[in-house]
Amino acid sequence: MSWLTLFSIALPYDRWKRLRSLQGAARLPSDFHLIPLQIRWIEFSAVMNQASSRFPDLSALPPVDAIGIDERVRRAQTRSLKGKVKLDALHLAVTMLDVTTLEGADTPGKVRRLCAKALHPMPGDLSIGPAAAVCVYPRLVKTAAEAVADSTVRVASVATGFPSGQTALKDRLSETRQAVRDGATEIDMVISRGLFLAGRHRAVFDEIVRTKEACGDAHIKVILETGELQTLDNVRKASEIAMAAGADFIKTSTGKVQPAATLNVTLVMLEAIRDFHERTGRMVGMKPAGGISNAKLALQYLVLVRETLGPAWLNPEWFRFGASSLTNDLLMQISKQREGRYPSIDYFSQD
Amino acid sequence: MNRISVRKTHKLYIGGDFPRSESGRTFRDGEAEHAIEASRASRKDLRNAVVAARKAQPGWAAAPPFLRSQILYRAAEMVESRAESIAASLATAPGTSEKSALAETHATADLLVHYAGWCDKYQSIFSSVNPVSGPFFNFSVPEPVGVVGLVAPAAPGLLGLATALAPALAGGNTAILLAAPGHAATALAFAEALATSDLPGGVANILTGLRDELLPHFASHMDIDSLIVHNTTRDQRVAIQTAAADSLKRLTFPEPGRDTPPPYDILNLQEIKTTWHPVAS
Amino acid sequence: MTTKRKSTKPHRRTANAPENSFVAGGFAPAPEDASILRLDTKPRRLLIGGKWVAGASTRETINPATGEPIATFAIAGPKQVDAAVAAARRAYEGEWSALPAAERGKLLFRLARLLQERSREFAVLESLDGGKPIRESRDIDIPLAAAHIFHHAGWADKLDYAAPGRRPRPLGVAAQIIPWNFPLLMAAWKLAPALATGNTVVLKPAETTPLTALLLGQLIEEAGFPPGVVNILTGAGQTGATLAAHPGVDKIAFTGSTAVGKAIQRALAGSQKRYTLELGGKAAHILFEDCAIDQAVEGIINGIFFNQGHVCCAGSRLFVQEGIADTVIRKLKRRIETLVVGDPLDKNTDIGAINSPEQLERIQELVAAGKAEGAECWQGPQTLPRRGCWFAPTLFTGCSQSHRIVREEIFGPVLAIQTFRTPAEAIEKANNTPFGLSGGVWTDKGAKIFKVTGALRAGVIWANTFNKFDPSSPFGGYKESGIGREGGLHGLHAYLDLHHQSPTMS
Repeated sequence: MSWLTLFSIALPYDRWKRLRSLQGAARLPSDFHLIPLQIRWIEFSAVMNQASSRFPDLSALPPVDAIGIDERVRRAQTRSLKGKVKLDALHLAVTMLDVTTLEGADTPGKVRRLCAKALHPMPGDLSIGPAAAVCVYPRLVKTAAEAVADSTVRVASVATGFPSGQTALKDRLSETRQAVRDGATEIDMVISRGLFLAGRHRAVFDEIVRTKEACGDAHIKVILETGELQTLDNVRKASEIAMAAGADFIKTSTGKVQPAATLNVTLVMLEAIRDFHERTGRMVGMKPAGGISNAKLALQYLVLVRETLGPAWLNPEWFRFGASSLTNDLLMQISKQREGRYPSIDYFSQD
Repeated sequence: MNRISVRKTHKLYIGGDFPRSESGRTFRDGEAEHAIEASRASRKDLRNAVVAARKAQPGWAAAPPFLRSQILYRAAEMVESRAESIAASLATAPGTSEKSALAETHATADLLVHYAGWCDKYQSIFSSVNPVSGPFFNFSVPEPVGVVGLVAPAAPGLLGLATALAPALAGGNTAILLAAPGHAATALAFAEALATSDLPGGVANILTGLRDELLPHFASHMDIDSLIVHNTTRDQRVAIQTAAADSLKRLTFPEPGRDTPPPYDILNLQEIKTTWHPVAS
Repeated sequence: MTTKRKSTKPHRRTANAPENSFVAGGFAPAPEDASILRLDTKPRRLLIGGKWVAGASTRETINPATGEPIATFAIAGPKQVDAAVAAARRAYEGEWSALPAAERGKLLFRLARLLQERSREFAVLESLDGGKPIRESRDIDIPLAAAHIFHHAGWADKLDYAAPGRRPRPLGVAAQIIPWNFPLLMAAWKLAPALATGNTVVLKPAETTPLTALLLGQLIEEAGFPPGVVNILTGAGQTGATLAAHPGVDKIAFTGSTAVGKAIQRALAGSQKRYTLELGGKAAHILFEDCAIDQAVEGIINGIFFNQGHVCCAGSRLFVQEGIADTVIRKLKRRIETLVVGDPLDKNTDIGAINSPEQLERIQELVAAGKAEGAECWQGPQTLPRRGCWFAPTLFTGCSQSHRIVREEIFGPVLAIQTFRTPAEAIEKANNTPFGLSGGVWTDKGAKIFKVTGALRAGVIWANTFNKFDPSSPFGGYKESGIGREGGLHGLHAYLDLHHQSPTMS
């Protein structure tokens, strides 16, 4: 630790200036000099290693009016999908599923059953699915990777001290590296809500940059845990930080905190993605997760995506649902659309 | 040897000044030996008065109600302190004794005190927070209608002027007041009291002149927002209402025996503004 | 457009996306079922003194979305106007005034409930007759009409509290003339306060949209109102003029154009009749740089495209602070591209049909004038149906205060956009109009909201929202946008005689 201290103190003035300009000089937190040296070092190394990631100018963000968001969402909810359009949207939704199990009771057997469901949501009907990914804890990545090998189904893992993110950064980074080594091609990381709510936005940014480095070629989905951020202004800020730090996807929730995904926070995040794309030309994916338990709601999400981002985002490359119980309802609705009668849950496998 | 008295020239009260009519004309107002040569306001004098009133309106409306209140109270003080001279000109009107004239002057001061007190109260009475269904804070407040034309009642000569003017001024409006026939001298005395109060120039403008000549111009002027005309005949009402339609003037023709008491007379010269705002964090 | 992604096998649907009709096309038709209406070919009659009677002549009402006739209705002539006013007078002097106020209120409560019960039918009929999207008639017009009646019902026995120190009394017979843009809602706005305050009514709906008011007449009968309390005369301008000028009428309430409002004021000259007027508007909608831009854009959409822009309080003049003008216009265009224009009965329709060929012509004329005067015109890419009356959502940029599209009420889906630099400039431009009905302000700064909303000379101001309505919220204009208020406590005064002192006042 002592050499770090020395380095920090010995940093020549012109290097400091460069660092400051990279950070957006005027935007340094007022308590910058009080930030522990370790964090400073993280910030510094992050800036040096990821010169392309710039901390966003949060003061330039438009405020978000929660009532306006609510009205826009309610208006989108009145969209009515019928016939083939509805059927196609349901099919699309199945392919966007990150079929998820994140329980303390998860076992290799449970994960294998889940993988089977992701690969063949409706056994015997190849027109349905497969799902986009399975999403599991790091210890079960190997099992999942074997189960979905040679398919298009990807393995996503919640690394980084899921769900609270309250472990040491080095542990979160090594957890991430291990998950990738075990075969995860997507990492769902959680941000440090504690840092965010303490106003340490820069530190949140740097942790994402570091985690993305640790991901290597794997995609990184950054979970904001919007239920803990509480306000839509915070959601918007966190979205900007995540995207600027290199997130491939931004994701609403862990599913362990209520409220999890809502249409309202999703709309705020979609608007952030749209503005980021307009500004930088880079597309970022969106994943609402938790609480999306029925097909009707899933379709409402798709309507929001369609009307906010447009059709380019309407595929599993750019939009996912994080859900555990949505699959069967989508399948039941597909069945209803096809056969014109209401099905029974007993005809669908409960995994 | 008797002293030669210094007589008063009877002028108009416009924008805080006392100009003669731009037309240079006068008219004979009052009875017999009490009659005076009063300034005969023209269409252009009215126009000038409206310009002065319009200019003064935003400032008067924006003045803190407590300040408006104190200024109207100051006007009452001025009427009271000049009570004898005001009463003297009031007493020249037929059927008015010196005693009743003084009583009316005192009543006028009292009336101004009463309305001075309303300046910061009618808003609370006529405002509302409206319980709308939805996440909105919604409230309605009265705001002055703007520039008001007032054609004073034939009687009482002084109290009538104040009764017409006070609710307009208390409510943040500026006004052009046309004195009733036979009361030009009283109107001028009243104007002098107002001019020596702290009332900003243009807030109250007082014209003397011929009713029939000026009424059509009051009615058709596009920059007068509201008009109250006392003692009208049906024909006059037809003419005024027809001419006032183009500017959608708010019109009131008070009927004898159907007074609008305070604070409803203040409300009569107010618009209601309703504002919505979302409630969320 | 699509950013290339590294690694892993592509997802199956990515390659197939164009085959997915949801991705490629949007929404399939989702029309509301019109069979609920039980439309028949019998000509609609007038409601006078509790009886349905024939008029002086008949006329057809047209579905503006198709140009096809829907039904035939009666035109009331002077004889029917006389009869209706006489019936209203009889009811006023008889049963209606004898009824205890609380009972009067209960009849209105009943009516509100009946309307809620039949709301779907009313919504379909409103959209069919007037061309407005079913989403609006279903979610806004009809529920708000029922809420208005319900709210006012409760006032009936509490009127002493509406005017401290006064003993309010009804005025007598109210003639109410309503427009075609919100046919049922305006009927409710007029009827509810008039009846709650103890007046009787002769209601005249607009000639292009008579059907929901007539259906409401049936509910009024069903609710058990005494005959003559509400009389409904369908007809055109002549019927309205005859009614307004009728010597048996004590009070006129009119909603419509400023030109007709002025004509009514003239026609009433010398009559001592009370009147309230809800007239035109040209609302300023002001966006400051610090506003919630995406929600403001949605507010603009609601402000100008709600009901095809056939809204007197539409936010038809947009003022955007220069620093965000390009962003706002870009976002606005993008949002407009997602709007669905078409069949009013389709649940996904955002912009329905223009109400009548005459109105379409007026919009076209003003849009042509905007182009001729040098403003830049942009229209949504929507394909318009070939039959019926339609107009694409339209923006004008580069407008100046002198342009006709900035000064005149277009009453269509046409927005005139200007920029400004400072709050003072925005306020000055916003107030630079003879109208004064409504206004909108978007900013995140509380102090600025109160400064600007206070300075706008208009009766209804929406801050960080737009086009919101509620029965408890007074609505009405400054200047040439009208006289008087409708709704809320203040709206009651328009139907009350306040000259009588409360016995409890000393």
